Amino acid sequence: MKTDELIKISTSLCAGSSILVVFLIFGYTFLEGLPVLIKYGPSFLTGLYWKPYADPPQFGLLPTIVGTLSVSGLAISMATPIGVLAAIYLAEYSGGGFLKSLIESATQLLVSIPSVVLGFIGLVFLVPTLAKTFGGWGFSILAGGIVLAIMTLPHIICISSDAIKAVPREYRYASLALGASRWQTIRRVVLPVAKSGILASIILGLGNAIGETMAVLMVIGNPEVPYIPTSILDRVRVLTSTIVIEFNYAVWGSDQMRALFAIGVTLFIITAVVNLVAFYILGGRIYAKKA
Amino acid sequence: MRRRPEILMEVLTWIASFIPAIIAGTLISFLLFNGASVINWKFVTGFPERGGLEGGILPAIIGSIYISALCMLIAAPIGIGAGTYLAEYAPENIFTKVVRFFVELLAGIPSIVIGLFGYVFLVHGLGLGFSILSGAIALAFMILPWTIRVSEEAIRAVPREYRYASLALGASKWKTIRNVVYAAARPAIITGLMLGLGKAVGETAVVMMTAGMGITGYIPVSPLDSARTLPVHLYLIAGEIANTSEGLKMAYGTALVLLALFLMVSIPSIMFRNYFIRRLYGDAG
Repeated sequence: MKTDELIKISTSLCAGSSILVVFLIFGYTFLEGLPVLIKYGPSFLTGLYWKPYADPPQFGLLPTIVGTLSVSGLAISMATPIGVLAAIYLAEYSGGGFLKSLIESATQLLVSIPSVVLGFIGLVFLVPTLAKTFGGWGFSILAGGIVLAIMTLPHIICISSDAIKAVPREYRYASLALGASRWQTIRRVVLPVAKSGILASIILGLGNAIGETMAVLMVIGNPEVPYIPTSILDRVRVLTSTIVIEFNYAVWGSDQMRALFAIGVTLFIITAVVNLVAFYILGGRIYAKKA
Repeated sequence: MRRRPEILMEVLTWIASFIPAIIAGTLISFLLFNGASVINWKFVTGFPERGGLEGGILPAIIGSIYISALCMLIAAPIGIGAGTYLAEYAPENIFTKVVRFFVELLAGIPSIVIGLFGYVFLVHGLGLGFSILSGAIALAFMILPWTIRVSEEAIRAVPREYRYASLALGASKWKTIRNVVYAAARPAIITGLMLGLGKAVGETAVVMMTAGMGITGYIPVSPLDSARTLPVHLYLIAGEIANTSEGLKMAYGTALVLLALFLMVSIPSIMFRNYFIRRLYGDAG
């Protein structure tokens, strides 16, 4: 009896550690960023100029936030149609067998492929190709969007196809028995029922896209002074890339370093909200058995 | 004529489902095509020379393996423990609800934020400095949600009858879990952890901010040594020297070695995992 109690307590501590870790991460990042957040107030988020080396330094994040949203938005709008179509195929049409497991394995592989490898290929292949095709730098919102679309696609496929698979068979039988065709059944019966799950997969994809660092960083150009982009061929900065780039130069304890932590807090809050929305849409079960 | 959208949609979805496989195949062949000629014995076992323009990447290979292994050593026991609690001991109460909520929250935190946290808490706060240990702990925090989730799912998938049989023979709950449940769940847990290891191997930002990035001409020995891993090495040489033809070659080689390391961990686990899951859940799963 005694061992059982001991095991129960120690495993519950393991489970509880996830709570502790989240509090530690948020607490330390927040405390480190707080002085800058207090000093600059709302102008940290709405300011137009990010000039950490000016005197006095300016920390305005608006162009970077616009950059983040445009890159992620572009990625999601490219990945969503392909992802949902692929999910429909995997859940409804494919019969199983070798081909299906090949597709699923490749999708799983793409989920965790090192993002720096993707960024490197973007840098040596995608960026020069875009520069040749459209002129200009090649480093652009478009390049970032394409790379991010590749990274979010497998997430959308996995979660959407699980949402579609979860629709009870009886719904399909009822529709087919009424004489509806297969596609009519999918469009009028299956997809409306799976709608919230598919929506959640898109929201989660967006959260991933906003938090992604290396792959995006290497292809978006990161101008010295970020500006509000006016075309998808403009170079931009995103929240994550600003942290990595300036981390090398910022001095521990300086306002610039604190500003980077304040960006971290901003990222934490944005992605937490995005993920929690998806969490509630899915009723507390985000990840599928296989993803 | 009514059949036309039917076939069109089936073909469209079929094409879309192949896109991830095509992308993955293209990425791998692109690196093989450009990087294979760089790989030789000297590259894999040598030290970087002239700022990485020449020589090899042995310190980065060792650094990567060292940090990922240490990270697993930290994350696996906690993950399996938490998974055991959630699947076997916990009644569905407020505590488990909160835990699940926080696991999802943790899974959603961008890796760069975990890197920042590692820098302030591990490198400065605990005084571990830029070290393999700091990197491994920060990475462990990053993959903890993953290890918890795969362990819980693997343990839950073990059929109830196994437990009943063991309990009926008079075994205690812990004995049942240890001898019966873990034995049945082991393949799924191990392959799940290996997939987590693949994530750790490929992570850049977290490691860069906690384990350091100075070019290392030595093999890291102590966990308190700083180390550069393969992804960090690739990122830095891609930014610094990839505009020269020598540097570009080294970058291709590094990318290919990193990809190979990642694939060696991931492909077997994905294949075995699909096989085990199919066996446990049946084909419907």
